Amino acid sequence: MNFVRFAVRRLLEMAATLLGASFVVFGAMYLAPGNPASFLLGGRSASPAALAAIDRQYHLNDPFIEQYARWLGNILHGDFGRSIEYRTDVSHLLSSRLPTTLLLVGMALVVVVLLGLALGWAGAVRGGATDSAILVGTTFAIGTPAFVAAILLQGFLAVELGWFPSSGSGSGDGIAAMLWHLTLPAIALALYLVGMLARVTRSAMLEQLTSEHVAVARSRGIPERHVISRHVFRNALGAVLTTAGLIVSSLLVCTVLVETAFSVGGVGQLLELSSTTKDFPVVQAISLIIVALFMTVNLIIDLLLPVVDPRITLGTRATG
Amino acid sequence: MTMTLVRRPGLARLRATDRGPLYLASAGFVGLVVAVALLAPWIAPHDPNTVELGNALAAPSGDHLLGVDAAGRDTLSRLVVGARTSLLGPLGVVVFSTLAGGAVGVVAGWRGGWLDSLLSRTTELTLAFPGLLLAILFTSVYGEGLLAPVVALSIAYLPYVARLARSLVLAERERPYVAAYRVQGHSGTDVCLRHVVPNIAPVVLAQCTVNFGYALIDLAGLSFLGLGVPALTPDWGRMVFDGKSAIQSGYPLSAIVPCLVIILTVVAFNVVGEHWADKVAGRNR
Repeated sequence: MNFVRFAVRRLLEMAATLLGASFVVFGAMYLAPGNPASFLLGGRSASPAALAAIDRQYHLNDPFIEQYARWLGNILHGDFGRSIEYRTDVSHLLSSRLPTTLLLVGMALVVVVLLGLALGWAGAVRGGATDSAILVGTTFAIGTPAFVAAILLQGFLAVELGWFPSSGSGSGDGIAAMLWHLTLPAIALALYLVGMLARVTRSAMLEQLTSEHVAVARSRGIPERHVISRHVFRNALGAVLTTAGLIVSSLLVCTVLVETAFSVGGVGQLLELSSTTKDFPVVQAISLIIVALFMTVNLIIDLLLPVVDPRITLGTRATG
Repeated sequence: MTMTLVRRPGLARLRATDRGPLYLASAGFVGLVVAVALLAPWIAPHDPNTVELGNALAAPSGDHLLGVDAAGRDTLSRLVVGARTSLLGPLGVVVFSTLAGGAVGVVAGWRGGWLDSLLSRTTELTLAFPGLLLAILFTSVYGEGLLAPVVALSIAYLPYVARLARSLVLAERERPYVAAYRVQGHSGTDVCLRHVVPNIAPVVLAQCTVNFGYALIDLAGLSFLGLGVPALTPDWGRMVFDGKSAIQSGYPLSAIVPCLVIILTVVAFNVVGEHWADKVAGRNR
């Protein structure tokens, strides 16, 4: 299959899945118990005139499929509707908070990639006590939910020792202050994924280490560090790349926990605030964006895999 | 040898030896947590909801072994009684996703056809929805209570179980014993239910133990956001939520204790589950 046809087919598949996702996100609100207008008001009482106005504003008397089509059409034009709580456009709310969250996710991603690959590499190559220590360490990293890591880091490093700020994002005080404020949140966000990536890297490299091509490379007198970097790690990279989609979606979703713990004013905190206040247009928009980003990353990985590992022909990887 | 008498080698291997210290400690801890949850009303030293405001944020003492939280409630008692909610939710998720996912996966793998293609389509859709996100979506619509998040997480976990069961059934279907039973005149359903399902069960169950840990993480995270579990119900995630502001003022104990218990419980379930998975698959690490 040639590259363009594969790319087009995957794009169409992604569009279909996104359509399904948008249907779920919209349908969840439509199926909500009670009258949609009072639901939109979040349980606050309102005059009949106000209710009628909401009915008109949100087109609540139209058939479901028409409402869905209008909602979807608006989103395709970049209009995510209006927030009930903040009385402003959702896209405006998001764009003011997105930079903080992207910086946080980016910092966590750097930690995950550097530390995860390094620990997995060290465990596979060193073996012995190093490997055992890394195995036990990653077991605990995988068992630590992001919010627990956030609370523990905040309790000890920020409040007890005062090494780091305990809350806020430091936005407005320049990039250095933001990096400083987001250090602990990024570590908390990264911890679980560092453990997971280290595990995947380690087992993929161990599998390569016992393979014949490595024995051949060694017997030909190639220096060990070249064997490891060019033959073992390079071949393990394919398996490592398949986890990228999971890493990105997990980072995005867990920002809701970490940003709440550290009171970082990003998209994650907005998701928490809007789901407790039933500000549904915001919840819908953020859910859809997370799903779309996850699928975009997966698409990029599918297209990149044959470049990283030429033995893989396009589209043959087992999904997931 | 007695091996010939063992009908289901997978389940027998679950009880096999070669137990590392980490596995033994984990299995012991799982047993302890389950026992505490079952016996909670009898071993909790205080009522978990009794408020002694004058005693708020008190340090550990003989009467309150783990101290008192910001609302004046005994931390140890909330921890003990909270074990119930904190384990019941994940149990619901695991039971539902295993039964439904297992059934879908077995039928899809055994029969193929439209159910198989429907499964792979919906799996792609559900994989795009992380469990926590779906749970937030559901609870924001249906309000507080444990049911909405448990249903949401069950739906999110279902495709993983279904995919595993499907691939196991596909491999099992090709094995000679299936053909042998068919030749002897056993019906397809009969072979599937009486022989294939018991043979794949150990692998699926081992995976479910690992899923229990993930469900616990997701549900505790949801309680930490103040969603799901109702406000006064003792629950580990909720305790961290309640203790959040006390941390800022330098009284971390009431939040840190449930944090540590969550980590230990999840690690214990993961270690036991992975150990079983390695055992039934005949892997060595």
